[in-house]
This record gives sequence, C-alpha cells and structure tokens, in this order.
Amino acid sequence: MSQTTFDTFLENLGLGALSLHGYGPLLLEGTWMTLKLAILSLIVSVILGLLGASAKLSPLKALRLPAALYTTLIRGVPDLVLMLLIFYSLQNWLGELTDYMDWDYIEINPLSAGVITLGFIYGAYFTETFRGAMLAVPHGQTEAAIAYGMTRAQTFFRITFPQMMRFALPGIGNNWQVLLKATALVSIIGLSDIVTATQEAGKNTYKIFYFLILGGLIYLLITALSNQVLNWLERRYSAGVREAVR
Amino acid sequence: MYKLTVEGLYKRYGDIEVLKGVSLKAKKGDVVSLIGASGSGKSTFLRCLNFLEIPNAGTITLDNEPIRLEPDDHGLRVADDKQLQHLRTRLAMVFQHFNLWSHMTVLENITIAPRRVLGVNKQEAEARARAYLDKVGLPSHLADQYPAFLSGGQQQRVAIARALAMEPEIMLFDEPTSALDPELVGEVLKVIQSLAEEGRTMLMVTHEMGFAREVSTQVVFLHQGRVEEAGAPSKVLVNPQSERLQHFLSGNLK
Repeated sequence: MSQTTFDTFLENLGLGALSLHGYGPLLLEGTWMTLKLAILSLIVSVILGLLGASAKLSPLKALRLPAALYTTLIRGVPDLVLMLLIFYSLQNWLGELTDYMDWDYIEINPLSAGVITLGFIYGAYFTETFRGAMLAVPHGQTEAAIAYGMTRAQTFFRITFPQMMRFALPGIGNNWQVLLKATALVSIIGLSDIVTATQEAGKNTYKIFYFLILGGLIYLLITALSNQVLNWLERRYSAGVREAVR
Repeated sequence: MYKLTVEGLYKRYGDIEVLKGVSLKAKKGDVVSLIGASGSGKSTFLRCLNFLEIPNAGTITLDNEPIRLEPDDHGLRVADDKQLQHLRTRLAMVFQHFNLWSHMTVLENITIAPRRVLGVNKQEAEARARAYLDKVGLPSHLADQYPAFLSGGQQQRVAIARALAMEPEIMLFDEPTSALDPELVGEVLKVIQSLAEEGRTMLMVTHEMGFAREVSTQVVFLHQGRVEEAGAPSKVLVNPQSERLQHFLSGNLK
C-alpha cells in the first residue's frame, strides 16, 4: 500500500490526523535499526554476563578481581558518559592498533560501535543477574553431575545453565527492557534509530509531539511483545518445578 | 585381591583434621557399612573416594590400579583428568538428599550420564533405565515425571536406578535414608538389600544399625577421623570392644 493510498484510507476512516506524512518508511528503518542494535547488544552482553558471573564465582583471585572491577566501574558511571567515552575512544584505539600492527586503517561503523558499547555496559548488569542465578542452583545438582563423570562443560550446559535460567529470567527481562530503551542514547552518536526518525519527522511536519508519542508507542510495542517471549521462556525453564505449575 | 584399597587417607579443612589416616580394604561383593557419630568423618571419607573432596594425603587403589595423585597448593590433586573421570564412572554415588536433576524427567535423569559420559546410545540407555526402574520397584509411568512430583522414597529409588544405570563396579551410599520420612525408609532399604544380595560391592554410610548388621560383610566404626573398630557385623555390632563404640551403639540400638 503506497503512502498516498494509506493516507486516503485513514481520511476515509476519519482518522486523517494519524497520517505519517510520508515518514512511514523512515520510522520503519529507525525501528529496524533499534531492533538490530538492541538484539545484537543483548547477545554481546549475555555472553559477557555469563563470563563475568563465572569469573566472579571462580576460586581464582586473578579472575575475580577484574570481574569485580568491571561491574563496579560500569554500574557506577552513567550510561551516557560511558557511551560517549567508549564510542569515541573505540575508533582511536582501533586506529592505534592498526598503526601498531601495520594493518590497513579499519573504520568502525556506528552500528558495531553501538553494539560493542551497549554490550559492554549491559554485560556488567547481566554479570550480576547471572551470578545471582548461579548461586541459586543448589550445590548438590552440580555435585551429582561431577560425581557421575560429567565434564565441566557438560555440567554447565546440561545442569547449571538450564536450572539457573529460571532464576535469571526475571532479571534478564528487566535488563532487556532497560537495554532496549538505552539504545535511544545512540541517536546522539549518529545512528538513525527510532528517536532520530521521529525527531526528523516531527521537525519537518511541525508535529513533534505526535511523532514522539508514536516513537514511544513503538518502544512499548516491542517491550510488550518481548514480554510474551519471556513468559514463554519462564514457563519452559520452570519444567519440573512444583511451585511453578499453573 | 582387593577391589578397593584405601590407605592412610587424610583430609583437612583449614586447621580442622577430619580424617586422620583412614584405611580400608574391600573385596568384590563386600558390603561395607561406615558408622559413627556425626562429625566422625564417615561422609567425608566416602566423598574422598570419588574425589568430591580431595584428600590431603593417602592412596586409593581400584583393582590394583592406583589413582595417581600429585601435590598442589591445597594438598593433592588427581594427576590425570581422564583417569579421574573414568574412576567416577566406576563408582556411582547415591546421595543423602538424592540430588536428582530437577529440570529433567526421571527417564532423563537415568539416561543422561550413560549417554553423555559412557556414550551409550539413546535406545539402549532408555531400555536400561526402564529395566532399572523396574528393579527398584517403580512403575514405568513414573519415567516421564519430574523428581519434585515424587515422594522422597521414590526419588531415592530413582537415584539408585540412576547409579545402577552406570553399571558401576562399586556403589557408594551416603546416608541414603537419612533425609526420608520414617515410613519411607523401609522401601529404600529393601532395594539396597536386594542389591547387596546380588553380590554388588557397596560402601554405605548409615545410621541404620539394624540394617547394617543384616546386610554388611564388614562394619567400620569411625571416631574423630580414625577407624576405632572394624570387622564382621556379628562381632563389631554385637560384641563391641572399644568403649566408644559401646557407648555409640547403646545410644543407637533400641
């Protein structure tokens, strides 16, 4: 359906005020950018979180200390400050590295920079979420796995991970929503996300509030849908838990 | 020839010495009951055998094959990870609190280690699991249940089936009935007794003196990390020599 026929359709319904004034594709692109950024950052931060939590629970001080430094530092400084710091220094570090290694200059694209930045920040929050969840798995569960000859990897992936997920999911859902909304900050470092798109549409059509509200609704839609996924995951990882039967 | 020989096992937690040179020998088909007050080190001893606890000194020999240990910061460690893993598949443990994997069905609990550790294929592992469920007296429809929905006695019998499915050379029981309601103890003891009668080699930490007397070939009384008295149950339990064992038994046998 082209933009004009869509507008006519809205007007026929008496909803002409809801016209996107030709900014539909831009909003869609912005939404897609936000989703890409959020999902890729989620993947990075979950991996960092699992590593960080394992390091924090490790008997080795050499692993515990850097992990403690990481979570203390990242969680103690505002996201925006970190984002500007990491985002601008990433390109510098990379430039110095390529110089040093005598490689060709690599320009880091804004999406990758955003993913690395957000992934690094939220990895710290996921570290704490996963650490709490790992502690909630009774010791006897891993002990039985070890006693039956499972390797460390088997013990983690077959026993600890599926059991800790039940305890981690509420925290994961929370982190995900905060992460999703934090992607809005990347608009200031030059990525065209939902916020950028709605701002542009708002300025050009003099309907700033309308497009801002629309932007807010898109975020709400994404979080509402992801809650459904999380509910499904919670049910799945509660298999075998008596209190969770509903 | 002894199936299992343990010599001079020491275990320390910080400054506290839990085991002070415990030795034990078991032949194939022996049922050894470890008795003693709580804190006497009997559970720690059992857990040292499959290295859930790493002893600080001592030797463990299975079928004349010594488990190679080497010193590290904490005392000893097993020199060879492969040998350790292999050892653990030969000794199957039944825990006081069952420790069934709560996110897996009964069938998955019994098949996962044979499949993933021993490399048995799925069909074979499931056939084994069902046979052992039958052996411990559980109806086959429980196979698809999760552990939390079973009674304690049923859970412990599933745990015994899980151990049997490894087809181990020695079974280790760590107070298998201590976490059970009194009316459920009997069903678990009956299963263990039937296993003893099959001639399986078993080491059992227990507080059930009557049971120990009935099924054991050997009873070992531990006191403060040392073997105070050991021998045939007809001697040790009926006619104890040491004052401590006499005292311990008078408090236990009613």
